[in-house]
Amino acid sequence: MANHSPLRFKNRIFYALVAAGGLVVLMGLYAAHMMEGHGHIITGMNNQIVWGMPHVFAIFLIVSASGVLNVSSIGSVFNKPAYKARAPLAGLLSIAMLAGGLSVLMLDLGRPDRIIVAMTRFNPTSVFAWNIFLYSGMFAAVALYLWTMMEKRMNPWSKPAGLLVFVWRFVLTTGTGVIFSFLVARQAYGTALLPPMFIVMSFAWGMAVFHVAQSSIYEWNEKLLDPYVQKRMKNLMGVLVIAAFYFVAAYHLTNLYFARQTGFERFILLDGGIYPLIFWIGYFLLGNLLPLLLIYHPALGKSRSILSASLLIILGGFSFLYVFIIGGQAFPLSIFPGYQVTSSFGDGAIGLYQPSLPEIMLGMGGVGIAFLITTIGVRVLDFVPHELPKSA
Amino acid sequence: MSDTNEMSNTSEQRRQFLKTSVGAAAVAIAPGMLMFDMAHGKTEAVSGKVRWGMLINTANCEDCDKCVKACNKENGLSGGLSPTDSQWIRKVELKDMRTERSLALPMMCQHCAEPPCVDVCPTGASFKRADGIVLVDKHICIGCRYCMMACPYKARSFVHEPLHDQKPDVPRGKGVVESCTMCVQRIDKGLQPACAEACPNKSILFGNLNDPGSEISIKMRTEASTQVRADLGLDTGLRYQGI
Repeated sequence: MANHSPLRFKNRIFYALVAAGGLVVLMGLYAAHMMEGHGHIITGMNNQIVWGMPHVFAIFLIVSASGVLNVSSIGSVFNKPAYKARAPLAGLLSIAMLAGGLSVLMLDLGRPDRIIVAMTRFNPTSVFAWNIFLYSGMFAAVALYLWTMMEKRMNPWSKPAGLLVFVWRFVLTTGTGVIFSFLVARQAYGTALLPPMFIVMSFAWGMAVFHVAQSSIYEWNEKLLDPYVQKRMKNLMGVLVIAAFYFVAAYHLTNLYFARQTGFERFILLDGGIYPLIFWIGYFLLGNLLPLLLIYHPALGKSRSILSASLLIILGGFSFLYVFIIGGQAFPLSIFPGYQVTSSFGDGAIGLYQPSLPEIMLGMGGVGIAFLITTIGVRVLDFVPHELPKSA
Repeated sequence: MSDTNEMSNTSEQRRQFLKTSVGAAAVAIAPGMLMFDMAHGKTEAVSGKVRWGMLINTANCEDCDKCVKACNKENGLSGGLSPTDSQWIRKVELKDMRTERSLALPMMCQHCAEPPCVDVCPTGASFKRADGIVLVDKHICIGCRYCMMACPYKARSFVHEPLHDQKPDVPRGKGVVESCTMCVQRIDKGLQPACAEACPNKSILFGNLNDPGSEISIKMRTEASTQVRADLGLDTGLRYQGI
């Protein structure tokens, strides 16, 4: 163990990072305070687009929190040493992102002061209520898993704990997908394809987040990542991006085949203004094509391009969620199929949504929380991967 | 002897004092009790034997918004039409895309027997009363808006701003979701919902769907009516004619 001196941030960088992260968190809290005082009128959300930017951030963080555990699952459940060495960092990132995402969701509530009501009154038919249980259980399961890995006496238990986390995160991401698939009347949602799609997306996004965190930690500590490990992880990430894209394609193709859904697909993929633009440029081009090129092109695929690919995959994730959540609500509900509809309440009209600064600040605050927890965690505890002499 | 006299005098005074006090107390409390009863209406619990519903005849629905105005007045809504304002009832203009036939109708909470909003609500704030009215408990709603995502009829509004001058009978609150209550405060006093009462052509027929002899049941038995998005199988309490 003596030669595995823990890689730790240099003091100055560490404090600068904590200060920067803290500032972002403070901005998020200030936004939440403003929303609490003025009401949601200061956000871009309204009675048609009821979930906005905070939900894009929160769902990205929660889905990625599950996906980042890929690394630990491959290590603990499937016994790959290169991944096992990274399992603690994956666990930390998972807890950090879960905390960030849940904070955003909670602070966006109309009555965040009633969070205790949400904790004490469960409606058994509500997916949201199940998720409150799934999210808090996830914290506990990952914390237990970290303990079994980091406390030598508990090491023999790390495999069963890893298995628990493996199962739990599948259920958790299913729960997140089901939030949307249980919406019976919305054209964009209400399909059983969403839970598996969210699971595969979580793999891709989680890998990308892990890569960014790992590369940053190595870079700042002036360490080089074992090229073998890097190659394996980048190839896996590429496969996961393709798999996630497959699900998105299947989702849209199915919709295109149903006559009643073609109007929605036209809107989201072709003439819906900002939404097709973000889908094709943000999600498809920057979030899929370009990262795949960076990963698989023979001349590329080095650490810089993998870092860029990871950042682009994250951007693609945000783009996808923006189109899925906000674009999905912007398309009017089909209340009277076959009729052209107008009213004072936006019936038959495309919903207007302009994200406002406070809601973006709130979302960023969630990212800030995840960043702070990770930065401090890596500093105070031994989360950095220790390469075994022969990690192959 | 004089001692006994004094004692009986004293007890007489005491008795008198007690009588006066009880009388005064009764006079003081009685109006309060009466007003308490008046304010709370009927005290018996809502019964599942009743299912309140409405039958809306679109053929008679004129180019007016008296139902909307009456709702706003009864429930203390601002009547604002911005995307962040609450609208518990709205007039929807429809035009058949093939035949170009046009019609208008009032749209509000359909008071489903299987309400998606109640299913998805994490805290149970969205609930269905025994008599079929779907309501939001304003004290339990945490403002997550999942019910708004789940409602197929766009019937719900979220209170985006602080409220002033609320109606005592109609509790509302910033940061919680609200929708048509079928004027539950009026129904509990034996009155009709404000929209039904305000309609000049009696296009909105209100009544008990479970009573085979009620006007609404008779009409629904003898004339054609449909549920909006009947394909969803929600068994709505509101039925429409002419769509």
